[in-house]
Amino acid sequence: MDELRNINIIIDGIEISVPQGSTVLQACEAAGAEIPRFCYHEKLSVAGNCRMCLVEMERSPKPIASCAMPASDGMIIKTSSEMVEKARKGVMEFLLINHPLDCPICDQGGECDLQDQALYFGKGETRFENSKRAVSDKNMGPLIKTTMTRCIHCTRCVRFANEVAGVEDLGATGRGENVEISTYLEKAVTSELSGNLVDLCPVGALTSKPYQFVARPWELTKTESVDVMDAIGSNIRIDSRDGKVLRILPKNNESINEEWISDKSRYAIDGLSKQRLDTPFVKINNKLQRVSWDEAFEVINSKISKISNENCVGVVGNQVENEAIFAFRELFKKLNLNKILPFQKKLSFSKENRANYLFNSKIEGLDKCDYLLLIGANPRVDSAILNARIRKNYIHRDLKISSIASQPFDLKFNYEYLGCDVKILTSILEKKHKISNDFEKANFPMIIIGDEVLQNDCSLDVQKVSTSILKKFGGFNKNWNGFNILHNYASTVGAIDILSEYSDYDYSALKNDINKNLIKFVYLLNADDFDFDISNCFVIYQGHHGDKGAQLADVILPGAAYTEKEGSYTNLEGRVQYSQRAIFPPGDAKEDWTILRALSEKLGKKLDFDNLLQLRKIMFSSKTMLKFDENIYSSEPKIITKSDFKSSKLNYENKNFFMTCPISRCSSTMAECSQVNG
Amino acid sequence: MKNEPLKAENYKLCNIDRVKVDKILDKYPSNRKASAVIPLLHYVQKKSNGWLPVPEIERVAEILDMPYMKVYEVASFYTMFNLKPVGKKLLQLCHTTPCWLRGSDQIEKSIYDTLKIKDGETTPDDMFTLMKVECLGACVNAPILQINDDYYEDLDYKSTKELLNKIKTKKNIKPGSVIGRKSSEPYDKNGNVNVTK
Repeated sequence: MDELRNINIIIDGIEISVPQGSTVLQACEAAGAEIPRFCYHEKLSVAGNCRMCLVEMERSPKPIASCAMPASDGMIIKTSSEMVEKARKGVMEFLLINHPLDCPICDQGGECDLQDQALYFGKGETRFENSKRAVSDKNMGPLIKTTMTRCIHCTRCVRFANEVAGVEDLGATGRGENVEISTYLEKAVTSELSGNLVDLCPVGALTSKPYQFVARPWELTKTESVDVMDAIGSNIRIDSRDGKVLRILPKNNESINEEWISDKSRYAIDGLSKQRLDTPFVKINNKLQRVSWDEAFEVINSKISKISNENCVGVVGNQVENEAIFAFRELFKKLNLNKILPFQKKLSFSKENRANYLFNSKIEGLDKCDYLLLIGANPRVDSAILNARIRKNYIHRDLKISSIASQPFDLKFNYEYLGCDVKILTSILEKKHKISNDFEKANFPMIIIGDEVLQNDCSLDVQKVSTSILKKFGGFNKNWNGFNILHNYASTVGAIDILSEYSDYDYSALKNDINKNLIKFVYLLNADDFDFDISNCFVIYQGHHGDKGAQLADVILPGAAYTEKEGSYTNLEGRVQYSQRAIFPPGDAKEDWTILRALSEKLGKKLDFDNLLQLRKIMFSSKTMLKFDENIYSSEPKIITKSDFKSSKLNYENKNFFMTCPISRCSSTMAECSQVNG
Repeated sequence: MKNEPLKAENYKLCNIDRVKVDKILDKYPSNRKASAVIPLLHYVQKKSNGWLPVPEIERVAEILDMPYMKVYEVASFYTMFNLKPVGKKLLQLCHTTPCWLRGSDQIEKSIYDTLKIKDGETTPDDMFTLMKVECLGACVNAPILQINDDYYEDLDYKSTKELLNKIKTKKNIKPGSVIGRKSSEPYDKNGNVNVTK
């Protein structure tokens, strides 16, 4: 294949070489010429209907739409000639014919493609004397506000919905003057990615409903950070003003989230200002009362002196940054306690080897893979961005997908459902199943193991057989590792990384201890999603929301939410990413590692670091695995278990995508979404 | 709401002939079934009293494995698909320039005087619907009125009135030129065809 053959093209007198298959627009970008556009978007199919990207091509009597014209050898393109200027002015005049002049009351104002380009190509006055058309607004659900009169029919939203999100409800109805963009029968858009429609809209037709009339873009402080709503670690930009997070936008990262983020990542932020813990509390006479930090620490000090390793347990929550987990571990170490639960659910991994519990193919690997088997995974709910990535491969390269799960989930792509019994894995391994052929044909086979397996007793067995299958069919080599665990929570991988060398305490051990009435003292580090009964214990809750953990607590230490602290998060690929502080935590709340550091001093077991840099230095020196290993392909998972499949049927657990953490549970936007989608 | 399809409550799907549907589908490759969307919509529209209620659009979508929205986009794009109920006789009056110059305004007036309906309206007995349309492609015999599938040509105020009254009284009418032209041969000022030199 000569896919990599380059072609030469002259743009504004500069000769450049671009890969074959590029469009003229891409070539112009490569040459540094900026081409205005509305309908063209890199991640979507080419529509060529806005005509804004017109350029002059030698020997062509008319200007050409550069987004739709493939570049070919020897083309001579001019991007700023008189003809081009005139053509763009003309296109702009047509676009503005029906566009209202309501920029002062439009939420897109200040970050509007049409506004910007009208500044450069607009005539400044109109020659149109008839009345402008008006279009009734459409209902697109609780997240998207529509002002359809502003629509310029670029169809980006339609293409995104059809191609990326996989909801084929959006379309353009009518024709000519009467074209309207609408959802089928005006139903709400039922996608976990619908917020991206707002980003894609180049004008103010689709704007964010929760953010309507809240702020202007130039008033906002922009902080680049990492999302914690799932284990993907989407890159985000937090826009804040006056100590309040006003919106969250995606930040481009081709290796992780591309240009998208899920609706939960984007819209759960109103939960950040509700039910917040802003001061320490201590339960006095069965009632939580506001106290000072010193008083709270004093209560803990008086209790902790009486307990022993046996009856104390620490629980790490789902959205805790590595630094806090590390400080938590160090505190327990100093106190000679070693029962720390890294996650709140019964999830079975073998932790010896890092490849055992990571998403080894990497998210980018999903673009490369040519056969995918999902086992007990519902990626649409667990990580919507990952699901979009699978769909991308499915759409563009016809990826073949099979799934073993409790039920055939609606994943927005077609796949072969193989039932809910994981025993068929053995027959796949023995080449007795038709799926074996698919594995055999594939160069980059991939297995994704999800929650339903990990929570099941057969977890390790499945992991082991999957490894054997991959080994047999070439799932491990220098360039590929097809074994993947799909984690659900931002802190799971970090917690395993940090805690596995210190404590092998797990969920079933805790259940055992609780049954034996051993546990007397529980330290919840941001943990709100546990299902074990600790009502008889002395409970410390350190976290940011008054959720389940705080209700049970005897002492509450107010921590910071992910937008309010610097921290690092290890995503499901094992990639460590750093979040930045956008705003300060409310009231007396503090960053989590500083709370643990201060507490340690009070308990007379001072931790060995005084600032974040020192902490990180120790953390990374004691745990080299925290670093993102680009060459992790080389290591194969090693799973030790007697492969006997005691249980083999996967069970369905009802999950609500929109409410999975204290923040999203407090968010009224998320509540509305789950009502509409539920 | 111009583009919104009419939600038909308790609508009973019309009977369609599966053999005919398959005949339409056979004209296209089986992996390009969606190509049959326009012929199929035409067929269904004919069967369901000349218009396409939502359930019919959805049925076509299901036959063709297409998203509802895609079929609806097609149905709303082409003016020959009616998204609202029409009368038993659909009067499509051409008002593009040649017909207009030859007096389509008079025909419109004649229709109004006879049936009391304007563009887009239906008579109370659901018998007639008037729709003003663009060029019907028979300019040589302008002005044209299309009634269901047939063209009526060379009309004027009087002949239109007669034509409509004949339909009303269930008398037989003959499609084509009302002044007796066979095709587009010339005729004189008095309307006499067969002008010989």
